[in-house]
Amino acid sequence: MTIRDLIPILDAKVLCGEERLDEEVCTACGSDLMSDVLAFVKEKCVLITGLTNVHVMRTAEMLDIHCVIFARGKIPGDEILEEAKEIGIAVLATEHTNYTTCGLLYQAGIKGSASRTGA
Amino acid sequence: MANNLFVDSYDVASGAFQTAGDASASIKRKLKQLGIDAVTLRRVAVASYEAELNLIIHSNGGNLIMEMSPEEVLLISKDVGPGIPDISKALEEGYSTASEEARDLGFGAGMGLPNMKRNADTFDIESQVGEGTTIKMGFTIKR
Ligand SMILES: Nc1ncnc2c1ncn2[C@@H]1O[C@H](COP(=O)(O)OP(=O)(O)OP(=O)(O)O)[C@@H](O)[C@H]1O
Ligand SMILES: [Mg+2]
Repeated sequence: MTIRDLIPILDAKVLCGEERLDEEVCTACGSDLMSDVLAFVKEKCVLITGLTNVHVMRTAEMLDIHCVIFARGKIPGDEILEEAKEIGIAVLATEHTNYTTCGLLYQAGIKGSASRTGA
Repeated sequence: MANNLFVDSYDVASGAFQTAGDASASIKRKLKQLGIDAVTLRRVAVASYEAELNLIIHSNGGNLIMEMSPEEVLLISKDVGPGIPDISKALEEGYSTASEEARDLGFGAGMGLPNMKRNADTFDIESQVGEGTTIKMGFTIKR
């Protein structure tokens, strides 16, 4: 499954990062707490969040997160999208809530990336 | 330090949320250019970002220093106060004195120090109330 395949599943809009849409999606993580994302994400993944500030993109950069999905209709400001473009992160937006977004992706076969074991 | 390939230092100001992550992003880019393996790179980037955020959120200002030798990356966070009264408590998962501002931005879960410790191969923290905190982290480079 690629990032492009997520678009119809979530009725998502692509806000930036068209050039990354054919990248393979392995796992996903859903959280509004960047501290937890930093502590639990163990591999390249997709991040689902309702938090819209630039720190989401900076956290994503540190963790090699290649796609951020803003849920519950949140549209990030231009500053955030500029940051995403600079780093090279695909950004999608969906009207679904965090819970439903995660559920739809899980149903489509995408497993969680967060775990307590290993660094 | 003579045989170190690379030394880099960044000033990190207290409360500088707007530029949070700049130092760690520079460190990550430089290490990548220097050809470090992806797994070590990620460990350093995460620990560095946690240390940088702590300098911004909790300290009165400090420095983030990165030294790379052929064998390891050394990351040092050094600040000028206020110091940590109870280090063992600060190292517990979930313990946080983060401000409302930091929490609103998505931080303050009390996960930073434990996460640094988990990601680094060696972890050393020294703190003196009224003086400051120094954290040294070593990351062995995979060959
Ligand atoms: N450089 C520092 N100077 C003074 N106090 C610090 C410093 N770093 C950490 N602390 C103290 O240790 C506590 C735990 O730090 P830790 O990084 O684990 O969590 P946090 O920063 O509060 O939240 P998170 O890292 O999950 O966003 C902090 O809340 C703060 O009280
Ligand atoms: Mg912290």
